[in-house]
Amino acid sequence: MEEFFTSAVIVGIFWATLRIATPLLLAALGELVCESSGILNLSLEGTMTMGAFAGFYVANETGSTVAGLVAAGLGGAFLSLIMALMTVTAKVNQVVAGLALNILGLGLAFFWYRSIYEAEGSIDIPTVETMAAPWEFFPIPWLTILALVMVPVVWVFLYRTKYGLELRSVGHNPEACDMRGVGIISRQYVAVVFGGVMAGLAGSFLSLGSTGLFFPDIISGRGWIALAIVIFGNWRATWVLVGSLLFGFLEATQLALQASDVDLPYQLLLALPFVLTIVALVFNRSRSNVPLSLTIPYHRGER
Amino acid sequence: MTETILAVDRVTKRFPGVIANDAVTVDIRRGEIHCVLGENGAGKTTLADVLYGVYRPDEGTVTLNGEPLELQTPGDAIAAGIGMVHQHFELVPPMSVVENVVIGTSASQWLDLSEVRGRLNEFFRNYDVEIDPDAEVGRLSVGEQQWVEIFKTLYFGVEVLILDEPTAVLTPQGVQELFRILRRMRDEGLTIILITHKLKEVMELSDRVTVLRLGKVVGTVNTADVQMRDLAQMMVGREVLFQFDKERSDPGEPVLEVDGIHLPSVTGRGSLKGLSLTVRAGEVVGLAGVSGNGQNALFDALVGVEKPSSGGIRIGGVDTAELSANRIAQLGVASVPADRIAQGLLMDFKVKENLVLGRHRSNPFSRGGLLNRGAIDGFANKSIEGFDIRTPSASQSTRTLSGGNLQKVIMARELSGEPKLLVAHQPTRGLDISASEYVRRRLLEERDRGAAVLLMSEDLDEIFQLSDRIAVIYDGRIVSKTTPEQADLESLGLSMAGADTVEAGSA
Repeated sequence: MEEFFTSAVIVGIFWATLRIATPLLLAALGELVCESSGILNLSLEGTMTMGAFAGFYVANETGSTVAGLVAAGLGGAFLSLIMALMTVTAKVNQVVAGLALNILGLGLAFFWYRSIYEAEGSIDIPTVETMAAPWEFFPIPWLTILALVMVPVVWVFLYRTKYGLELRSVGHNPEACDMRGVGIISRQYVAVVFGGVMAGLAGSFLSLGSTGLFFPDIISGRGWIALAIVIFGNWRATWVLVGSLLFGFLEATQLALQASDVDLPYQLLLALPFVLTIVALVFNRSRSNVPLSLTIPYHRGER
Repeated sequence: MTETILAVDRVTKRFPGVIANDAVTVDIRRGEIHCVLGENGAGKTTLADVLYGVYRPDEGTVTLNGEPLELQTPGDAIAAGIGMVHQHFELVPPMSVVENVVIGTSASQWLDLSEVRGRLNEFFRNYDVEIDPDAEVGRLSVGEQQWVEIFKTLYFGVEVLILDEPTAVLTPQGVQELFRILRRMRDEGLTIILITHKLKEVMELSDRVTVLRLGKVVGTVNTADVQMRDLAQMMVGREVLFQFDKERSDPGEPVLEVDGIHLPSVTGRGSLKGLSLTVRAGEVVGLAGVSGNGQNALFDALVGVEKPSSGGIRIGGVDTAELSANRIAQLGVASVPADRIAQGLLMDFKVKENLVLGRHRSNPFSRGGLLNRGAIDGFANKSIEGFDIRTPSASQSTRTLSGGNLQKVIMARELSGEPKLLVAHQPTRGLDISASEYVRRRLLEERDRGAAVLLMSEDLDEIFQLSDRIAVIYDGRIVSKTTPEQADLESLGLSMAGADTVEAGSA
């Protein structure tokens, strides 16, 4: 056990925590804004895959990581725009639309990957430097910095701007907003697409940032974990940060445990995040910040 | 005071199957309180929604200050100077008062709530209203929420304020407080349009009244020139009987015998502390009382969803202590709950499904475990005709029906089995004159057929009109008993307030 608490292991866990938390935090912050407007986007998994692929493909073709990141954001925006069209404009059931887009995102990425690279397994990016860190002494990736910076940005946006206040109002009571001349549709589109861009970037962190390669199930459930983090964080940016770091830390510790001789079942740590989410749900029940109109489409004049 | 601020000229608004507004013409004068009076379904709210940009009229024009008004959305109406407070509030409950006010305003994107807070405090001080601007709206009382709605609208600087049935949710004191402030706002130059079906309010508050019936304007009159009776006649289209001619009752055997029941308050629906009551066949017993004195608990105990901890209930001689609510219903007990939406109906189900609810398991509606659609449709159509339920069809979603028609669906269902005992809790609350009259007449018909009727109501007029005997409930007990002939309003009011110290014996 003592060997486990060496500085090398601890430093390793620290970096692994940040690395694992980054895509979760990006996706969860985007989803937080999206859900705040009353739209539940269940297609995070597919959107992240789309971002991961688009980022990988463009970076590979152009040799530019920045172009890859832009492509990842656009890929996420593309899929979420379909989500917005279906749920905001056509008022399709959000759960159905989200699940369908999930399959679409995964399927499209897989289809393009197979037809472009004619590969079965994973492929590396040979030509592109993966996202380098700005400082050598503190090798924190750019996207991790972005994710951390987005926490106060999202908070200020939601709680300190009128647009953010109105966006949250739309999520609670769209009719009240409609009756005051607040545009519901525009705010929900903004929120959903913002969520899509963030999810796309989150996906690209996995393909460009931490691995430098792409394979079809590269996201492997992280989209669902990001959704859980929003619930765990009780729809608050700061708690979404805590949740992401906690999930990242538990995962990192679990990985370190597996690599060590310590006799502790790592499955316990794997399961812990989900147990914590359920516990958080139970404890937050009385003071839940869940948007009151989440998943309920708004039709004017329907009482 | 004679200058027209808002002119509605031959406005027609159609919905599938109905003409909600049929060439409606009204002129609203600057600085007046103008009531729009009409029964439910007369088209009052539709007219208001047209003025507020929720609906666009199919024909006709609206002019504000002589300028034609082309409203696409409520936002346009606000910009033009017309505000509206809806019957159900348009608030965001988890947010503070200030935040609710700032939504949709032209305040800067960087939220500076201190300025809004300052202006709100000024408003509140000015009108002697005490509300904390930083309080969460969802935690305010209904009356306070209404203030927030009104001030939110005034914050936009509107010239015309439309209020849709604002008193429906208020206590009598709350209504007086509201009227006091509305008068002051009028005196300060605001034009107020008040939509209501309550005659007393019109008489008390308004300068002029426009009466709507079936989507058409019956007339606009000066309130000072008319009597309540005239308005009622205009509204209903015939003379209204404020008094029923009912024959003397001829009570038979006791049907309901309640003997000293106790029910602890566990569900938040009040408690019973040794309540005793008897209702005989062919009589109406009116149970008067201020709400929250155990009426809900008594209702629950009678229909069998709660079991008294002590004491007994016998219905038709059968002890109900061990019986389920379903078995009790089969004894011939029908019930009309106070909250017809939450307890009486499944709002997303079809009208015909609600009409057989509870009896759907037995012949002829169910055969071999399958619903018999033919029998259900036949019964539903008969009920819709028999009870004059206004619905396009029996397959209509119940949610689309008006309050009076919802109550008729419940009455049709409950009375169809010719019950021995009818427990009606607030059967006319929120209903307009015609619907109330109808429900009351039906209750008396049940009595004349020989049913025992227990009427729980906060409406003393109703208690006096219908009851053969009156009992007063206070703090979970019957504190006094009388008859409509012997009782007077004052002593009854005192009993309801708990002035009787001596507990009455069993009725």
